[in-house]
Amino acid sequence: MAVVDHLGEPALSSRRGLSGIARVPRRTPITWVRGGGLTTLVFLLPLLFIFGAFSWYPIVRTVIMSLQHTNLVQPATWVGFQNFERVWHDPLFPIAVKNTAYFAALALVFGYPIPLIAAVLMSEVRKRRGIYSALAYLPVVIPPVVAVLLWKTFYDASSTGAFNTILSWVHLGPYPWLQSQQWAMPSLVLESTWANAGGTVIIYLAALTGVQTELYEAASVDGAGLLRKVWHITLPQLRGILLVTMILQIIGTAQVFLEPYLFTSGGPANATLTVLLLIYNYAFGNSLGGDYGNATALSLMLAGFLTLFCLFYLRATRSWSTR
Amino acid sequence: MKSTRVAMTVAVAGLLAVLAGWVSSTAAGSTHANKTITISVASLIPGSTDAAVQEFNAQVAQFEKTNPSIKVNSVEYKWTAPTFAAKLAAGTLPTVFEVPFTDARSLGDNGQLADITSYVKALPYYSKYNPAVLAEGTTAKGKIVALPKGAYAQALHYNRSLFKEAGLDPNKPPTTWAQVRADAKAIAQKTGKAGYVQMAKDDNTAGWILTTLVYSLGGRMETGIGTKAHATLDNPKTIQALNLLKAMRWTDNSMGSTFDYGWSDINQAFAAGTVGMYISGSDVYSNLVSASNINPSIYGLAAIPLANSKTAGVLGGGTLAGVRPDANAAQKAAAVKWLDFFYERPLIDKQRAIANAKTLAESKQPVGVPALPIFNKAQYDLANTWIKPYVNVPLNQMKPFNTGIFKQQLIPEPEASTQSVYHALDAVVEAVLTDKNTNVVQMLQQANSTAQTAIQQGS
Repeated sequence: MAVVDHLGEPALSSRRGLSGIARVPRRTPITWVRGGGLTTLVFLLPLLFIFGAFSWYPIVRTVIMSLQHTNLVQPATWVGFQNFERVWHDPLFPIAVKNTAYFAALALVFGYPIPLIAAVLMSEVRKRRGIYSALAYLPVVIPPVVAVLLWKTFYDASSTGAFNTILSWVHLGPYPWLQSQQWAMPSLVLESTWANAGGTVIIYLAALTGVQTELYEAASVDGAGLLRKVWHITLPQLRGILLVTMILQIIGTAQVFLEPYLFTSGGPANATLTVLLLIYNYAFGNSLGGDYGNATALSLMLAGFLTLFCLFYLRATRSWSTR
Repeated sequence: MKSTRVAMTVAVAGLLAVLAGWVSSTAAGSTHANKTITISVASLIPGSTDAAVQEFNAQVAQFEKTNPSIKVNSVEYKWTAPTFAAKLAAGTLPTVFEVPFTDARSLGDNGQLADITSYVKALPYYSKYNPAVLAEGTTAKGKIVALPKGAYAQALHYNRSLFKEAGLDPNKPPTTWAQVRADAKAIAQKTGKAGYVQMAKDDNTAGWILTTLVYSLGGRMETGIGTKAHATLDNPKTIQALNLLKAMRWTDNSMGSTFDYGWSDINQAFAAGTVGMYISGSDVYSNLVSASNINPSIYGLAAIPLANSKTAGVLGGGTLAGVRPDANAAQKAAAVKWLDFFYERPLIDKQRAIANAKTLAESKQPVGVPALPIFNKAQYDLANTWIKPYVNVPLNQMKPFNTGIFKQQLIPEPEASTQSVYHALDAVVEAVLTDKNTNVVQMLQQANSTAQTAIQQGS
């Protein structure tokens, strides 16, 4: 059977001789239509149209606009790589890159392990696990803008602010939160971790159900505690998922926009200005029409960096993920 | 199976045909020749009261009755920098829309506003315009691209109730910056509220208010015009202004704990009674009433304290209305008729002025909010006598402003790349208010360099 499958028509032809080759039905437009090709095309057209109009066309336009100077009202002029040079020499560019890296690092150090720890602890709970899952996922259900505005009131820097009041019970604070260059970014990461951890917890919980319980039982027999079981069984079993969630988190944090835009508008004194916020400011920060060339150039630079980073990441972790 | 496939193919093809037909009919409709000229106009801000909407619709009906060949479609409109830029780029602005003084000239220079010079010069009251105000809507080449809707001078708004609580005389607001500092300190110490606050958000408002402060001390943010202008953000008066803020923030601790106020936030905070003093346009009382429900008894309005210097002055601004650059000649003519009817006549026509004031008073909106003359001073005083019976704002509490403003030198906002200049200053103000050890001079030099680049690029 395998031979027939692999060799296919040549085997058939050899049995039928040369005349057999001539009788093999050729694909003509008519056979293509009769074979359902037209239907396929008709069904494909809306998809092609939607993807073309809303995904591919904007990408092509982005590339074109990054090489132009335009206010979208007057005719555009070609400027070569001038926009890329201007972005590169903009004093805000290194600040935005540094802030984005800082946000990503903080989110990785504090935000990445929390969902994993929460999922492991929740998987150990025997009763009412559903309630804990629901509680963990609840922040994801709250609309992001509502969540940010809610947290903004919690971050009130006066001594009567919600967080400062709570901390005053243990004789801490008041802290300036969003009103300080040092505190602003960690405050953003704290809210972001709270808002996004739930989704990752659910993924880890689902992955944990795939870990064979016999492994834990065997480890228990050998006298292993919770930490040793997590280190030697859970983490190795989840490594594929961990790698995927890490790359998704890095890509997500490199494109962080909502929190700095709504909490601080990039302030105070550019302390929370991120790359995406800088792109937004290029395009829409100036009411005279914005600098769409700079905005698209920086977008492409970010896309290029993330592509290279992903390739490097996949290559560097290939052996670990397939071990 | 085959018949099902054929039926589905026919169904999808039919759907596409209907879609294509709809697209072509829509396109045909938009180009259909008609003798009626249709224009869209900026109407009221989203969330306006029913009474205000009805009043606006009545004005549209009256306009259409007077001009039967013009059809007016009203579009809710609120100017904000990001939404305006997006609408401008997408070509979705109404035919007639409003822009701040800061933008009209540059938009005109960039070809983003229609040239309406010939239509404006034909208006019977053209010669009565205040030349300084009309200049805000005139390009470097002398083309008129927008007409004024309203003008204001920056003013010091203060809470009379907090003044009393702090043992200060509410009828004697500060007239020097040293007094502002002392009063702010007294309010903070005796009431626990912020004595003086300032807009310090990264949306150009921080730079706007700092520029006001610098003007009042006699400094300027630039010299020259257009792309040849020279940025002077790092002048000694800016350093003086920032050092004053630094002292109030870090030495006196009289500026509270919020340092990211924007235009709306600061109004809300003031109306809520948590702020002693702040700077904003002289006409902001309308917003304090309509959006923040202020208790009128706490409100006080004073002129900005000016330094004893010939160059010291008060920053003035305002709103203009312009026309889309792609409007054809007939639409431009219709748009200017609307500008004349809706924006200008209520300021120059007795009947329209009284009708407007009456409607506003009936819907409990402020009448008589201090503003600057768009036409000459004689016309301004005359118009004020027309609406006197309907004035419902606490004029006595605004006396310090009304008696002081016409003695002050009015200085327009920086002419070249105004928003970019303000934006460059935003970070400096934020830094001073959030970091005790900010190097003011170094940050100003950086801001000056950024502003100079923007000026040269005309952005």
